[in-house]
Amino acid sequence: MSYVVEMLNIRKEFPGIVANDNITLTLKKGEIHALLGENGAGKSTLMGVLFGMYQPEKGIIKIREKEVKITSPNVANQLGIGMVHQHFKLVENFTVTENIILGSEPLKGMVLDIDKAAKRIAELSKHYGLNVDPHSKIEDISVGMQQRVEIMKMLYREAEVLIFDEPTAVLTPHEIEELMKIMRNLINEGKSIIIITHKLKEIKAVADRCTVIRRGKGIGTVNVKETSTAQMAEMMVGREVNFKVDKKASTPGEVVLQIDSLSVKNNRKVLGLKNFSVEVKRGEIFGIAGVEGNGQSEIVEAITGLRKVESGKILLNGKEITNIPIRKRIESGIGHIPEDRHRRGLVLDYTLENNMVLEVYNKPPFAKAGLLNGSAIKNYAKSILENFDVRSGEGGASIARTLSGGNQQKAIIGREMELDPDLLIAVQPTRGLDVGSIEYIHKRLIEHRDKGKAVLLVSLELDEVLQLSDRIAIVNNGELIGTVIASETNENEVGLMMAGVSKERSV
Amino acid sequence: MRNTIVSLISIVLGLIAGGLLMLFIGASPIEGYTYLFQGALKNISRIGDTLATATPLIFSGLAVAFAFRTGLFNIGASGQMLIGGLAATAVALTFDLSRPILLIVMVLAGIIGGGLWAFIPGLFKAKFNVHEVVSTIMMNWIAYWTVYYVVPGYFKGEFLETESRKLAEETTLRTPWLTELFQGSYINLGLFFGVIAVIIMAFIINKTTLGFELKAVGFNRHAAEYAGMKVNRNIILSMLISGALAGLGGVALYTGNASSMQIGILPSQGYDGIAVALLGANSPVGVFFAALLFGILYSGTGFMNAMIEIPPELANTIIAIIIYFAATSVLIHRVLNKFRKTRSNSNDVDGPVGKKGEA
Repeated sequence: MSYVVEMLNIRKEFPGIVANDNITLTLKKGEIHALLGENGAGKSTLMGVLFGMYQPEKGIIKIREKEVKITSPNVANQLGIGMVHQHFKLVENFTVTENIILGSEPLKGMVLDIDKAAKRIAELSKHYGLNVDPHSKIEDISVGMQQRVEIMKMLYREAEVLIFDEPTAVLTPHEIEELMKIMRNLINEGKSIIIITHKLKEIKAVADRCTVIRRGKGIGTVNVKETSTAQMAEMMVGREVNFKVDKKASTPGEVVLQIDSLSVKNNRKVLGLKNFSVEVKRGEIFGIAGVEGNGQSEIVEAITGLRKVESGKILLNGKEITNIPIRKRIESGIGHIPEDRHRRGLVLDYTLENNMVLEVYNKPPFAKAGLLNGSAIKNYAKSILENFDVRSGEGGASIARTLSGGNQQKAIIGREMELDPDLLIAVQPTRGLDVGSIEYIHKRLIEHRDKGKAVLLVSLELDEVLQLSDRIAIVNNGELIGTVIASETNENEVGLMMAGVSKERSV
Repeated sequence: MRNTIVSLISIVLGLIAGGLLMLFIGASPIEGYTYLFQGALKNISRIGDTLATATPLIFSGLAVAFAFRTGLFNIGASGQMLIGGLAATAVALTFDLSRPILLIVMVLAGIIGGGLWAFIPGLFKAKFNVHEVVSTIMMNWIAYWTVYYVVPGYFKGEFLETESRKLAEETTLRTPWLTELFQGSYINLGLFFGVIAVIIMAFIINKTTLGFELKAVGFNRHAAEYAGMKVNRNIILSMLISGALAGLGGVALYTGNASSMQIGILPSQGYDGIAVALLGANSPVGVFFAALLFGILYSGTGFMNAMIEIPPELANTIIAIIIYFAATSVLIHRVLNKFRKTRSNSNDVDGPVGKKGEA
């Protein structure tokens, strides 16, 4: 048995923390190896060690059975290790070819030989089934395609070992399937792959073996075929995980949100939402399913006031809110867990305390006659952070930026739930979070529903929408395709509707 | 705390570099610095002059820092000072009021003039997304030419076309008891206004809902918008306050330190405000001390030049070097990190796990 990569007994410390403690990971030639662990378990650190970003305190790394010291990413590249980062590192207004050759530009005499590179990229693309057009600009292609450009970068530099860091976090279900196909092609051509993830379903679908780490310690390596998802989850979290969302049947009450033939323009100044009408009632979780960019953002931003409405009406508790200011909407009972917690949800350079009063800082008891009341803010924040189990270094005084993604998200959810809104809009509430946090957040959303409030859930994860929602509206191309009852539908039906095939059944 | 250390290190490095320059031109740095500081602080009158030199810098530094806290880069402090100074001068030369009332009207005129000069770029930024760096620089030149036109046209001096009439002593910010206390220095009430401005700004930034909003908009305008804050209103308001501070600086400069306005000069204090804000890490108190330091360097340089053959431009050079170090404070941070690392005997302080605070 030949190993391409062997990381033996790796130990890596940061001040105050042992990020990797005696972890061993071996990669066979031609296998897809999953690295599984919760947020902050030490996955990225371990891969950072392999990619030359950190030097381990202890342990040995062998590449093709030869012991090596990887002192920088350049060394890693020379050893044939490539990494596809979670956040792509591409120049938006360059073409695919220009991006790929960046840093190792082929020359013809004194000038760039773009054509030669483009030809080679086209060949590689065909060979691995990537289907990348070497001449399109990055800003014009989809996220899934951009990821392939990143993959192509590795292949162009003749990497043998490819590390994928959370590759599916940004992809639609269809793109995920495509990516898996590509991964299989890659191993058929003799490449080896390490995929960092916490999505068990994907590991099951694509990986051969799986190494689990928890809180910096190696828990073990298993054969994926012989291990159930539940077993892997238990290894990862350290306890049994409940995948099924427990919830009672909903008892819908009066209408909270009424959207009446709403049309909204998108960022390209064309209608991204056309003539859209739904009603959301008290005591239900109303899901919106659809492939990314089919009108979901427009719906949410129109309700919350972040985007102008072209025509149509939005009513909250029977009162029209179509054109009122954002603050008024918040005051009249809309809570919003935004899609992008860094862009919208938090002021990252503010303390957690300040972030917890971001919407209410100007109201008593937090402010009086324009003056802030520090101790009231502190106490309020403290109760939210305790209540929602937000873990941070210095409690409420921590700068929001220093928290892990899961804790940032819990803080936002806590802030919004504390306002006890009649309508809670949750957009991708569990994006990028680990199993433990997801379980927790789902529980809180259902609690909110059971208090007799309405929840509008927008998620690209079909599983999440199906499990949590009571009713589901499916959007495609900015139009409502139909509304289904969650307990009477299945993935196939919703999937078809997401593709735009409407069904003669509306609720 | 961290910022203070970085600023202090920048200053020390700047002074060392200045010393090396003195060595290079064949002078003794110890002597040079002795004369420099003597020139600024030797006696009570010189201390007064130093404080007066620092006063406009306090204002322009505050103006830049305040805008910066809201994520705006006000490069137009010079123009705002000019207009503020022009408005106050015009008031002083036109109205015949009793001294206290006249001073109040002059100050108000300066605040309104400077505020207006920054309000326009703020409005353009909010309504049409015109970048404030471009529009404030353009406003600088509009101010420059406005003074060029207005002063000879309406307030021409007795002997010179290029200067306004001299203000009478009792229509300036200079006040007899202060002049006497500092033994004939040109120190004036502007310094007190400056201290008050520092306190007010610190109060607004740290204690009020307005400061909370302005900072939120500065850090992340998308999140501020999400939370229901009026982003555009805050941008305009921030520019307005920033311009008012600079305008008040103009009042101190033209009706306190000086007693007439010259045409064809953009006050360099406006641009120095950027440096002061940077060195003061955009905090009001930091700005105050940074302005004092600049005041010392500027006012001591003449004496140094008179005593030994060191050109007065050296003060500017030292300031430039200090700013260079303050601007590249990332480097100093890194060195500090390294220092800490060797002490705690471990590396990679900023590792991803260490940062998350979720041990």
